[in-house]
Amino acid sequence: MTAQATRGRPSRGSASLRHRLADRGIDAQLLMMVPAIVFILALFVYPFAYGFGLTLQPTEETVERWGGGIFANYLRFFGDAFTFESVWLTARLAIPAALLNVLVSIPLAIKLQHRFRGKRLLSTLLVLPITLGTVLTAQGLLIFAGRQGWLNQALINLGILDTPLELVHNYIGVLLSLIISGFPFAFLLISSYLSGIDPSLDRAARSLGAGWAQRFTKITLPLLAPGLATTFILTFVLAFSVFPSATLVGDPSGSTRVLAVVAYRFFGEQFDYPMASTVAIMMGLAELIVVAIVLFARSFLYKGSTGGKG
Amino acid sequence: MTTQDTNRSTPQEVPVGAEDSALPVPEPPSRQRGDDRIPGDKSLSAQPSTWLAWAGIAAFLVFLLGILISVVIDSFGRAWYDDWLPTGFTPSWYGQAWARFELTHVIAVTLVVAFSVVVLSVLIGVPASYVLARHQFPFKKAVTALFLLPVIIPPITFGIPLATVIYNVGLGRTVLAVILVNLVPSVPFVIITMTPFIEQINPAIENAARMSGARMRHVFLRILGPMLVPGILAAAILVLVRTVGMFELTYLVSGPGTETLVVTIFRAMTSAGGSEPRPLVSAMAFVYTAMMLVTLIIALRFVNPTQLVARVGDTDD
Repeated sequence: MTAQATRGRPSRGSASLRHRLADRGIDAQLLMMVPAIVFILALFVYPFAYGFGLTLQPTEETVERWGGGIFANYLRFFGDAFTFESVWLTARLAIPAALLNVLVSIPLAIKLQHRFRGKRLLSTLLVLPITLGTVLTAQGLLIFAGRQGWLNQALINLGILDTPLELVHNYIGVLLSLIISGFPFAFLLISSYLSGIDPSLDRAARSLGAGWAQRFTKITLPLLAPGLATTFILTFVLAFSVFPSATLVGDPSGSTRVLAVVAYRFFGEQFDYPMASTVAIMMGLAELIVVAIVLFARSFLYKGSTGGKG
Repeated sequence: MTTQDTNRSTPQEVPVGAEDSALPVPEPPSRQRGDDRIPGDKSLSAQPSTWLAWAGIAAFLVFLLGILISVVIDSFGRAWYDDWLPTGFTPSWYGQAWARFELTHVIAVTLVVAFSVVVLSVLIGVPASYVLARHQFPFKKAVTALFLLPVIIPPITFGIPLATVIYNVGLGRTVLAVILVNLVPSVPFVIITMTPFIEQINPAIENAARMSGARMRHVFLRILGPMLVPGILAAAILVLVRTVGMFELTYLVSGPGTETLVVTIFRAMTSAGGSEPRPLVSAMAFVYTAMMLVTLIIALRFVNPTQLVARVGDTDD
């Protein structure tokens, strides 16, 4: 910690040294970084390093069952089907939710670019889920989409269904809650990226006789793609760390046993801190791998200005 | 591949057009209704894809309003089984929830935590983002990446090691612990949003002040401060909303008496041995949403969160 802090400290001694340091960008103003650096080292880097250290100090119980000495926690993570399966269960929720939020937002954002009556109202309604929070969304889904909820009652009374749909306490419930909280976010982001694309490009293509599909695939989509990648990453990160809704509207010991739930169980219920840290760190790693793949793919996309908001 | 080629054939237009769009040019006439399409094009409302888009929006709104209205009705309902509406209405669930969960205390904790986090993260974050925006120094990229990490990795990933450390230090289940864990994503969030905001403020203004003899302190308080206020307020509101809604981190380190409202509701919904009566939870969930809504409405009267991006146009002229 001290090594980092001294970097920001102005060097004492001769003026020429101070000048030489200032040439490299080290001067008194860097002191303003010190609180932030100290903060991030104390509350982020140190706990992370400590947690990583913990993963190499498995409990005796874990070593006995899984062997492998200091790597017992990792052996357990990959070897225990009950734990390792949750990587797949998390990805199965987060990737479709993020893809759906992004893909559905594209046509909507394009359609709603133009001015129309009630646009303000619609934008307000789309911001509403931010104030709902995960708990009210979960509670509402349980009441509204439950077996005896309005949705099933309406569908049965209209004669569309005979038996109620099972929409909560399973995979669909969590997916619905991820869409309700994630879609407005994706929509607003994509709309802002879209508003950064110069409309004269589209008009120019139109005047040259390009059809709707051609204009979309050759102008809008390539310009929007970097923004889409960013939006995907942000909604994916939100969906990947799903925890409250996986417990409340999902089936936390079965189909929605996501990594966050597993990590919390080791932490709060079994008090196995080394294993909890192992699951938590593997969860971060799995997420960063997906993010890295998307960023890598994005680096092949058009790298220009899309209006300053990219 | 063909899409890339099309792009390369028109490399000139893109940056030029982009600059144009940042300036407050008058709305081009073609933006107006109906004028947007050439005569041969079908009307907007006639396209099947438009109907599909509206159907999607409608389905989303049905769920959204259904969720909201059913929670509100449930929180006022006497008993609600498989009918359209509860058998009777009563406001008593709110009183019961208030007494049972000591909501006055819980809301006080929530507000204390939220405002402490906002103030601390602005105090720590804004000076750092000033340096990041104005200075080149060794390892700048590494430092920036370090500040980005807490925002993109899942809260549970750093929350569990952090909570372990906090319990080891003996701070577990205290309000201080709740504030500390919530700072971890908030300070980087302030830095990430404020750095571009400061970058677009013209450095010539500060230099002029310094040339005229203003000391560093004066430059910050009299020159930069007022110009930063809109950005700081916008970032502060986003941090406030995130902190009030933050579940995972608070859940890991809070205990009885130091829970925020979200955690209290979650505990009520999952309490062992059969959860609390449903309307009780609905009442609390509605209190939470009402609190959030009031905060947002008050906040939006004073600031516009889009100022973080939209100020670019204002300061240019």
